Amino acid sequence: MAALVREIRIDGLKRKALEELSRKYLLALGPEEMEAIQAHYRGLGRNPTDIELETIAQTWSEHCIHKTFSSRIEYREDGRTELIENLLKETIFRATRELDRPYCLSVFQDNAGVVELDDRYALAFKVETHNHPSALEPYGGAGTGIGGVIRDVLGVGLGARPILNTDVFCFGPLDYPHDRLPAGVLHPRRIYKGVVSGVRDYGNRMGIPTANGAILFDPGFLANPLVFCGTLGLMPRDSIEKEVRPGDLILVIGGRTGRDGIHGATFSSLSLKKGISASVVQIGAPITEKRLADVLLVARDRRLYSSLTDCGAGGLSSAVGELGKTTGAEVHLEKVPLKYAGLEPWEIWVSEAQERMVLAVPPEHREEIAALCAAENVEATFIGRFTRTGELRLCYRGETVGRLGTDFLYRGLPRLLRQAVYNTPRPAAVRLPEKVDHAAILEKLLSHPNIASKEKVIRQYDHEVQGQTVIKPLAGRNGPSDAVVLKPLAASGRRGVAVANGINLYGRLDPYRAAANAIDEALRNLTAVGGDPDRASLLDNFCWGDVGDPEVLGALVRAARACRDLSLAYRVPFISGKDSLNNYFVTDDGRHLSVPPILLVSSLSTVPNLERAVTLDLKRAGSRLYLLGETFPELGGSHYLRRLGLEGGTVPEVRPVPARERMLGLHRAIMDGLVLSCHDLSEGGLAVAAAEMAFSGGLGLELDLRRGGFKEMERDDQVLFSESASRFLVEVEPDRAGDFEARLSGTHLAAFGRVVAEPHLSVIGLGGGEIIRSSLAELGRAWRDALPW
Amino acid sequence: MSAPRVLILRTAGTNCDLETEHGFRLAGAKPDRVHINRLLERSVRLADYQALVIPGGFSYGDDLSAGKVLANELRLKLKDDLFAFAAAGRPVIGICNGFQVLVKTGLLPGFNAGGGRLTLTFNDSGHFEDRWVHLRCAGASPLLEGLRNETISLPVAHGEGKFLADGPETLERLKANGQVALQYATPEGEPTLEFPANPNGSEAAVAAVTNQAGNVLGMMPHPERFLFYYSHPRWTRGEGKSQDGLRLIRSFVRYAAAG
Repeated sequence: MAALVREIRIDGLKRKALEELSRKYLLALGPEEMEAIQAHYRGLGRNPTDIELETIAQTWSEHCIHKTFSSRIEYREDGRTELIENLLKETIFRATRELDRPYCLSVFQDNAGVVELDDRYALAFKVETHNHPSALEPYGGAGTGIGGVIRDVLGVGLGARPILNTDVFCFGPLDYPHDRLPAGVLHPRRIYKGVVSGVRDYGNRMGIPTANGAILFDPGFLANPLVFCGTLGLMPRDSIEKEVRPGDLILVIGGRTGRDGIHGATFSSLSLKKGISASVVQIGAPITEKRLADVLLVARDRRLYSSLTDCGAGGLSSAVGELGKTTGAEVHLEKVPLKYAGLEPWEIWVSEAQERMVLAVPPEHREEIAALCAAENVEATFIGRFTRTGELRLCYRGETVGRLGTDFLYRGLPRLLRQAVYNTPRPAAVRLPEKVDHAAILEKLLSHPNIASKEKVIRQYDHEVQGQTVIKPLAGRNGPSDAVVLKPLAASGRRGVAVANGINLYGRLDPYRAAANAIDEALRNLTAVGGDPDRASLLDNFCWGDVGDPEVLGALVRAARACRDLSLAYRVPFISGKDSLNNYFVTDDGRHLSVPPILLVSSLSTVPNLERAVTLDLKRAGSRLYLLGETFPELGGSHYLRRLGLEGGTVPEVRPVPARERMLGLHRAIMDGLVLSCHDLSEGGLAVAAAEMAFSGGLGLELDLRRGGFKEMERDDQVLFSESASRFLVEVEPDRAGDFEARLSGTHLAAFGRVVAEPHLSVIGLGGGEIIRSSLAELGRAWRDALPW
Repeated sequence: MSAPRVLILRTAGTNCDLETEHGFRLAGAKPDRVHINRLLERSVRLADYQALVIPGGFSYGDDLSAGKVLANELRLKLKDDLFAFAAAGRPVIGICNGFQVLVKTGLLPGFNAGGGRLTLTFNDSGHFEDRWVHLRCAGASPLLEGLRNETISLPVAHGEGKFLADGPETLERLKANGQVALQYATPEGEPTLEFPANPNGSEAAVAAVTNQAGNVLGMMPHPERFLFYYSHPRWTRGEGKSQDGLRLIRSFVRYAAAG
């Protein structure tokens, strides 16, 4: 077997040498893990082959197995120490299990979370990150990010039809000076353009609407952009279960295997530095994936296979390994169709070449599925079969090149004890300026890249293909919708699907509150359009820095606990999640540039009657404007302070008990047709939300802060720009006001404004004087024209 | 009048076929989504259908140029069937990518006397755009009988939709023959060259044309995306009650049923 496969000598190596070996082969394994492998092979009385070692590295990679999140952690918070046995199980999983909501059909076990839509259909939702590839090769990285998450959804249960893509990006500032860019880092403009066009070209070609997302800018993303790609799928409820049976044939369908994306899983588990070869990034071909999707869904409905999964990180090694986890499998690698000759067996096995899926096909369907694929020019190749040996047996041209017990592969990973520490920071008092030009600040906030219109990006995405988009990303006069609402053509009745997200930059100041606010925002956004807050589901995507640093890991513990607490308090379960760790870059002179702790929360719910869905644009002169929810002097991390260049202050606290009541009441009011427009308050606070509602509807707004019911608020700027959680602005016709208020009894609300025909925003301050009088045209222009493309 | 059988042609990269099928079903037709391989292997015959639809998408990725590969496949392998179908007066509609295909097969502009060439090229903006537009229904095609002289709303979503004729003479012939079926217009119905009302810079604001006989229609906007009032981007403001896309498909189906 010498020519085909190398034996890697690990027996007898000392810790240092093992570490060296891990680095040399880009295995991304730590010394304890290398020692566990060494011990295992000593027991077998031999050394591993290259393909065996590679398989273990892929399977044990942070990217594939999320070992940090499920490791044991010695956690010290403000001097008190405790042992966390398994962070994920004790926080997010636990909340979902305790809640046990009946609409959850399959959670945390398949490629995506699955929840009920109606009696016949289920929804599958998954969000992935593709950060490292997008930093190296923005166009290809982002495109294959979308391509990968689409396959996740195609591979959930027996397969779901993708009906929506979501995209959230975090970039460095677009005006960052070129001469200060660290060596090996692409300029944020180049990353931005590449990522947007990568997502556009892949998503549009697949015929999946991209209709929800966000873009944030912060210097913390300079060397490590974050690219979150999500896909929502629709599937019949009888297609959720899958099970591989011994004797099933292993079928690879779709694209061919090449040398692209070798070591993607392990590379993305490490930090970035200058000079990483772009061969770790895969190359996308959307039409190949579209063809694959077309035949796959037909084969699903004919029940031609008993299980499937996508080829993502780790390539065939992960896909076949995962499917054959409980059975075992025998694979003949020479049968795998290649893009070009010359791949070694281990390369075929771990290549992350795109657009491939692996199916378990009962022998009796062999001919039919092959014919179906051939009928639509989809390459389909049987490469082996599932066994009952509990072993992965890898063969190449008649020789066995690797044998791995699935027991060791999936249960042999040593659980490490990690250190985490968190010291609750004391928020520094912030000295606000004595005189504030509120109108000027409002314009500056509207043109802040995090708040300004993303229309130029949104229009490049086909957000209406499939003909199901009911509330679009742009509403009224191209205003910013809080959530997208879909009406699946296949489903009968008037039930819609709402999808939104929450994300913020508070993580550096307070990771617990950052996570709480992300959850709150994701739910507010759903509620604002008519989504039912009592039928909602959440997805988590943590993007963290160097978790080898106890403080960084401590922040992760805090954020995960916020997820547990808020999930329980809102009675909303997490159904799927993914973490991307080690998002930091090591510069030539050894500095670590790390992302701030970021949690993206994606949310999904149903709209009981989509004909009652609402948008944010003001509808009618003469209406009342209500503020729902309390405002606190919480300016910490606000965009107001960012614009002033100030630091300090308190990060908004989420108070879930009143917030949940408020959301439930607002939802009743919306479904009863009492609400003309509704917008949640987020970046920039009250003033920004009011301005957006006004220019999006082409109607003016006159607010009187003295009637806003603000307690403990002394300054107009705190009222206007605080980003306190769980608040909404709601437009109601005067003769419906009584009914509206009755639905929201017990919640904090104040009718403090009215909609006028005159195209301006006027605000009377707490002191009684007019503190803002701006034309809608100016406000709209500031918001619309800020981003270059 | 029985429900006409409508063949919705699809291939690798077709991606508006499901909603197009839905629209034709709502409009009273009996649509079948058929992969081009079935026509090539002759297991399905175009002649068995009353109408042909080439829906939107990125056929074969639009890798050479939009619709080029599918057009060549039709032109080189199915030319007799396709041209006979059109010559017999059976209705054909190409939407978005389908329009690009019809132009590249030579079915459009379809002057009786021959000559004249059209193309759909890159938008003036240089990239793909999805936006709703107003359209003036003009021309003499019986396919759009039900919408004559109205101003309707539909979305466009394309990167290569800028209509160009090979010279002023071709454009004049199109106009004189009543072959300009839809024009990008202001909300008041005035054809316009101004962005974004004219989303791609199309010459003479042309959004759709027919052949001279009027039974082959190519259009960039997507009627299958406006089957319900709540598909309109401003339905929460009370707009969109007219469901123009469904009405357009109905008008087409009525003609197919009569033929």
